[in-house]
Amino acid sequence: MSNNKYSPAEPFALKDCALIAIATGRKAVTLTELRDHIRDVNIDSIYHHFWGGLLGARFEEREFNNDIATWCRRQLREPALAEQLAVIDPVEHKDLEDLRRELLEIIDDRLDESETAHWLQASRPFEFIRTQLVIFDTGTRLARPEALAEVIPELSTGTIFYHFIDARRRIQGGLDDFSYWLTGFEKPYTALIRGLAGIDPFFSSLSQIREKMTKICLECRDRGEE
Amino acid sequence: MSSLLDAYAEVAGRDVVSHLQQLTSPLKGMKVVHVNSTRTGGGVAEILEKLVPLSAELGLDARWEVISGSDEFYQCTKAMHNALQGLAAPISRPLLDAYEETNRDNAEELRALLEEADFVFIHDPQPAPLLGLCSARRGRWVWRCHIDASRPYRPVWRYLREHVAAYDASVFSLPDFAQALPHPEYIIPPSIDPLSDKNIDLPQDEMEQVRQEFGLDPERPVVLQVSRFDRFKDPVGVIEAQRLARKFVPGLQLVLAGGSAADDPEGEAVLSEVRSAAGDDPDIKVLLLPPDAHRKINALQRTADIVIQKSIKEGFGLTVTEGLWKGKPVIGGDTGGIRLQVVNYHTGFLVRTPQGAALRIRYLLQSRDRMAQMGSKARQFVRENFLLTRHLREYLTLMVGLHYGARYRIELG
Repeated sequence: MSNNKYSPAEPFALKDCALIAIATGRKAVTLTELRDHIRDVNIDSIYHHFWGGLLGARFEEREFNNDIATWCRRQLREPALAEQLAVIDPVEHKDLEDLRRELLEIIDDRLDESETAHWLQASRPFEFIRTQLVIFDTGTRLARPEALAEVIPELSTGTIFYHFIDARRRIQGGLDDFSYWLTGFEKPYTALIRGLAGIDPFFSSLSQIREKMTKICLECRDRGEE
Repeated sequence: MSSLLDAYAEVAGRDVVSHLQQLTSPLKGMKVVHVNSTRTGGGVAEILEKLVPLSAELGLDARWEVISGSDEFYQCTKAMHNALQGLAAPISRPLLDAYEETNRDNAEELRALLEEADFVFIHDPQPAPLLGLCSARRGRWVWRCHIDASRPYRPVWRYLREHVAAYDASVFSLPDFAQALPHPEYIIPPSIDPLSDKNIDLPQDEMEQVRQEFGLDPERPVVLQVSRFDRFKDPVGVIEAQRLARKFVPGLQLVLAGGSAADDPEGEAVLSEVRSAAGDDPDIKVLLLPPDAHRKINALQRTADIVIQKSIKEGFGLTVTEGLWKGKPVIGGDTGGIRLQVVNYHTGFLVRTPQGAALRIRYLLQSRDRMAQMGSKARQFVRENFLLTRHLREYLTLMVGLHYGARYRIELG
């Protein structure tokens, strides 16, 4: 993964982004087909099915942290495989190709151990989607972390996605942009960094993430920890 | 901020409008033309009616043009619409000739405008040949398909594909609708306009007036389907569902309210079938409303206890979105874009048969608290996902994407 583009302790440049889905035309109705498509689908599609869905329309609570696991559970009715796929933490992988390899290994293991897994038919196909992401500068700069408590409630969900979710695949160690920025100050913002790290981005909507971040920033500010 | 943008900020949130403004900045002043085949009636016209002025408020030079043609042209495009939805019926050569001729005639009038535009959005099959008739075009052309083309009648799709393959991109409402084409195929669900006459809040007395006008008894439950009189919307199946349900819900009233669209020549025949199925039943109201009866439709949706959209095929089902926005649970056909909006036990129920619809009507009318909870979730769901502002955001993203190349990450500024 590439390093982030700004240095810590410099003013924080607030960016925003918009995402649009593009059909790949690839569909899978069996596990074998899923494996074959994962092997050679455009790498943007792997990004979309782990990350992009967080910026799209969502209704129900997410049971799993990626679309592939969800499909294996709900449409293919392979609960054990779904759990194994859901345990994958995408930020632990050095890049998306590495993530693709792990997906393939888990699915191949399942196909090796179960004859029936070859023949199961999903009730609805898995549609491979890829994503185009447009990132733009809002022009807003934050000089000090103390400003976060005021600014975060006003941020768009696109900004939350870019700095809190997308950042995890741009920065070594899977940090979000805010935490990375905070680590660059001499004064330790330990409580704030710990609070932000405690928000699981995969099981909350972007507006819920914004609310949780606001609460943490306000609490830290009120306790004088910022 | 302009008054129009202010009004949307009020409903969708200020952050949403600010996001649109930022996204528009690299496109400011660009000429954008939308082309379709009707200015009134149907979901496409309703979307364009507000999408275009809102785009202009944001700083785009946005226009909406409408092509028109002979009866044969509309017969042909209706047949194409049906064929894209899977009806296996070939289209005769004379009808295709009328289709091509109408497009040639319209190209004469629109060519200068379209050739100098930075972006041209061609909606549905009707104006699709225009691209091939504008050889000096300089901008990006996008074919926007609003139809469920997941399993098209192949001979007709092959013909249409000849006209749309050369576009720079296409847009489908769901991934399942996309067909193999040699350009990027974007997925953008449509939307409703919360500020339109069809969706704004109405005073109680206006709803009461509409109830009286159509002879609806306020003491008895009402189920409503709003849609064109089209066999794919299964209006006769809805009548069957009402008759099955009212054995358990005495006095259940049904309203089938349909408009006619200028580009739909089959509407009259289907309306006659529906009237025949309804017979002289006083609790079934079959209403043919003019295309501008938006406030009446709005009032009917707000008056209803349950909204139904029992389609067998559906592009997206904006009437579902409208019903959800009014806080009503929706019983929808398990097809197309309805699946994206109706989630069992959350925003309504998906059904496949009149029997299934009858069962869910009975369930909901016996569980009023549940209905209220579902209605509240439904409205929030639409606010977050299916308002015009989200739709416009995705069009703007697409335009930026096409303008800056097809890279998957585009960093501006």
